[in-house]
Amino acid sequence: MTTTTTAILENKKKFSLARVLIEGRAFLALILIIVVFSLMSPNYLTFDNILIMSSHVAIYAILGLGMLLVVLNGGIDLSVGSTLGFSAVIAGFLMQGVPINIFGVILYPSIPVVVVISCAVGAAVGLVNGILVSKFKVAPFVATLGMLYVVRGLALLMTNGLTINDLSGDEALGNTGFNWLGFNRVLNIPIGVIIMILIAIVLGFILGRTRFGRWLYASGGNERAAELSGVPVRGVKIWVYVISGICAAIAGLILASTLTSASPTAGNTYELTAIAAVVIGGASLMGGRGNVRGTLLGAFVIGFLSDGLVIVGVSAYWQMVFIGAVIVVAVLLNSLQYGRRRRPATATPPVKASQSTPEPAGKN
Amino acid sequence: MNDEFDDVVLEARNVVKTYGGTRALKGVNFEIRRGTVTTLFGENGAGKSTLMKILSGVEQPTSGEIILDGEPVVFHSTNDARERGISIIHQELSLAPNLSVRDNIFMGREITGPFGIDFAEEARQTRELLADLLPGVEPDTHVNDLRVGQQQIIEIARALSVNSRILIMDEPTSALAAAEVEILFGIIHDLTARGVAIVYISHHLEEALEVTDHAVVLRDGSMTAKDERSNIDLEWIVRNMVGDNFDLGSPPTGYEFGDTILSIRDLRVLDPENSERSIVNGLSLDVKAGEIVCLYGLMGAGRTELLEAVAGRDRIDGGEILLDGTALGDDTIAERIALGIGLVPEDRQRDGLVQTFDVGTNLTLASLGDSLRNGVLSRRTEKKIAQDLIRTVTVKTPGPELPIGSLSGGNQQKVVIGKVIATDPRVMLLDEPSRGIDIGAKGEVFRLLAERAREGLAVVYSTSEVGECLSIAHRIIVLRRGQISAEFGPDATKEMIMAASGEAVAA
Repeated sequence: MTTTTTAILENKKKFSLARVLIEGRAFLALILIIVVFSLMSPNYLTFDNILIMSSHVAIYAILGLGMLLVVLNGGIDLSVGSTLGFSAVIAGFLMQGVPINIFGVILYPSIPVVVVISCAVGAAVGLVNGILVSKFKVAPFVATLGMLYVVRGLALLMTNGLTINDLSGDEALGNTGFNWLGFNRVLNIPIGVIIMILIAIVLGFILGRTRFGRWLYASGGNERAAELSGVPVRGVKIWVYVISGICAAIAGLILASTLTSASPTAGNTYELTAIAAVVIGGASLMGGRGNVRGTLLGAFVIGFLSDGLVIVGVSAYWQMVFIGAVIVVAVLLNSLQYGRRRRPATATPPVKASQSTPEPAGKN
Repeated sequence: MNDEFDDVVLEARNVVKTYGGTRALKGVNFEIRRGTVTTLFGENGAGKSTLMKILSGVEQPTSGEIILDGEPVVFHSTNDARERGISIIHQELSLAPNLSVRDNIFMGREITGPFGIDFAEEARQTRELLADLLPGVEPDTHVNDLRVGQQQIIEIARALSVNSRILIMDEPTSALAAAEVEILFGIIHDLTARGVAIVYISHHLEEALEVTDHAVVLRDGSMTAKDERSNIDLEWIVRNMVGDNFDLGSPPTGYEFGDTILSIRDLRVLDPENSERSIVNGLSLDVKAGEIVCLYGLMGAGRTELLEAVAGRDRIDGGEILLDGTALGDDTIAERIALGIGLVPEDRQRDGLVQTFDVGTNLTLASLGDSLRNGVLSRRTEKKIAQDLIRTVTVKTPGPELPIGSLSGGNQQKVVIGKVIATDPRVMLLDEPSRGIDIGAKGEVFRLLAERAREGLAVVYSTSEVGECLSIAHRIIVLRRGQISAEFGPDATKEMIMAASGEAVAA
């Protein structure tokens, strides 16, 4: 035994090009994308373009960071695209004024109130997902697929399928300033990007330095063992969907503000982009593995790749082919990294498990 | 016995198997004779399964030869071995429960005609096979609808349908009821009469003695003994399995027990498989601080369910569990851990460890609160706690940052125990703590428990190896069908304990 463990330690110290390539794959892919596109177009690597691309990335990244928590838990959240659209519509709806018929007045909530209500709606969608998955044991794929339809339907119902175009508010009513989210810059950096960075820092802290983060990794890695260790696995599960819903709502607000319109169809298929960002970032869809840094990189890879393809004039159809290929390659590399390790619940005997087989004649 | 060498169908010569740096088999010689049952005895980790995997083509030996009918052979896969007439029936059934008996028997080698699969022919052959083995079961019965014992027989039928001459059975009776075991033994006799050679592996020593013709004992990857049935008895097997002078310790003495900590009153737990039945059926038990209690019983006697009910995983159906005289009621697992109840679960891989975590994070998982500084996990504190725990439970690892999968079974078990100890338990429940760990680690685990008991910890551990009851336990409780059938002190004999559990004593 001692021999095998020391072997592992030595292995760890040994500098291995293959290991670096595999572990830094998302980063390397991003560098590659930037180099290739800057060679192809002089406009690609300019400060302005980087900022524009980053604000596109921010939407995917914020969705992806919420998705990361769900994926770490071993679940998936297909409803984030719809939640994004719904949150945008809710914001638009509130800014048109809410008539209170009994008093015969129209309420115009201020922007902070609009933001809070929209996020609360996102959280509520997440809460429904979480309760379905954790309490009623509905498979995450199915529960969130259902919510994808329900929430999208609600968004369309609220506006009758129409887009709300007036989000500027009125000085007299005290509800101006929504555009700030999408247009303003602090130190020349778009607000959306700053929000993305803030969310990344907060979630990174939660995952790495709090009990909740450890609980999340543990219940994603082996839920039964986590439960027996006193981890409140149900609560963790509900919370990750709630956080994912809030992230989707925030993304919806930023998108609506940037586009100065709230479309009920906004964010269609964005859930898939978010999942792609998480996967490219090296997270395991089986749960328990993945981190904020990876997901951010994944979102940048997707955003910089698709914008680059637009800039060099590749057709939209080819863009889909490229992005699809990147996702498949990412998953292939993930399975290279994790595939040889044993999963908890499988009954495979430990002998074939890994290079460091600990328990030769392991019979239970 | 003059012509015994003519009967040898399969032989392993000086087979060595190494995994990484570990030698699982250290040059084993082994023969299987036509029309006989050869039983492999050995503790967990002795190399039985490794040997069987080599004989059935799952793994290739590092060195040494396999000789089939006098010719050296190399099996590249299980299919390879199966084509030459060697089949293995694993401990875990490998049937597809959603398919019919017919489909399972012909899985992977369906009989096809011009119109796809020839179901009629398959059904005919299935019926023929089952006529002897399992009369009354139709080919289109779903495997789901069969009892586990019947499913086991379907596995055997599948092996026979490819004309197996050598059948390896790995713990075939572990999930069977007594009546089903009898049926299985009847089938084994029929098979040997037809000339099939059977290799039998079981932890039920008495049961195995009933069917065996030859016995082979493995210990630590080497063969320690082999003999004919007529020359051996239970004592002989145990002596060769564990060695002559192995001692798992004795009950710690020289201190007074404290007050009763854990009280179980008339506890009922429903059988998760069959909610009509209580698997723990009106059981009462008191455990004092500093006392070590061993729960012995056969599979299905209710040991696991009893321990998991106390830990808060299983819902109880009646009765109550009291800690210091206060009923636990609906307290969650986390609340019970906080109150001082810790469970080391039976299945380490499934319930004990988070495989994606390293040694340190596994150790601290149940006691994360201790690593918090101002609400934030302090890496330094956590690492220190982990290192202390590694020392306390003597995990052999260079450091807490090693992946948990790199440890041996015994060290992994110590990590699970360490995780529970970190929660500062007052009652520690261990479900088969010695399962799948080598004998040295077993001794260390028991020594650790004895030390903790001396400091006032109440320990309840379960086991299905009677030798482990007679080690550190002050009290041995024998469970049978969810109830206490007998209670012994440390001076009990193996025979007394086995008799009380409902095991037949052959020796």
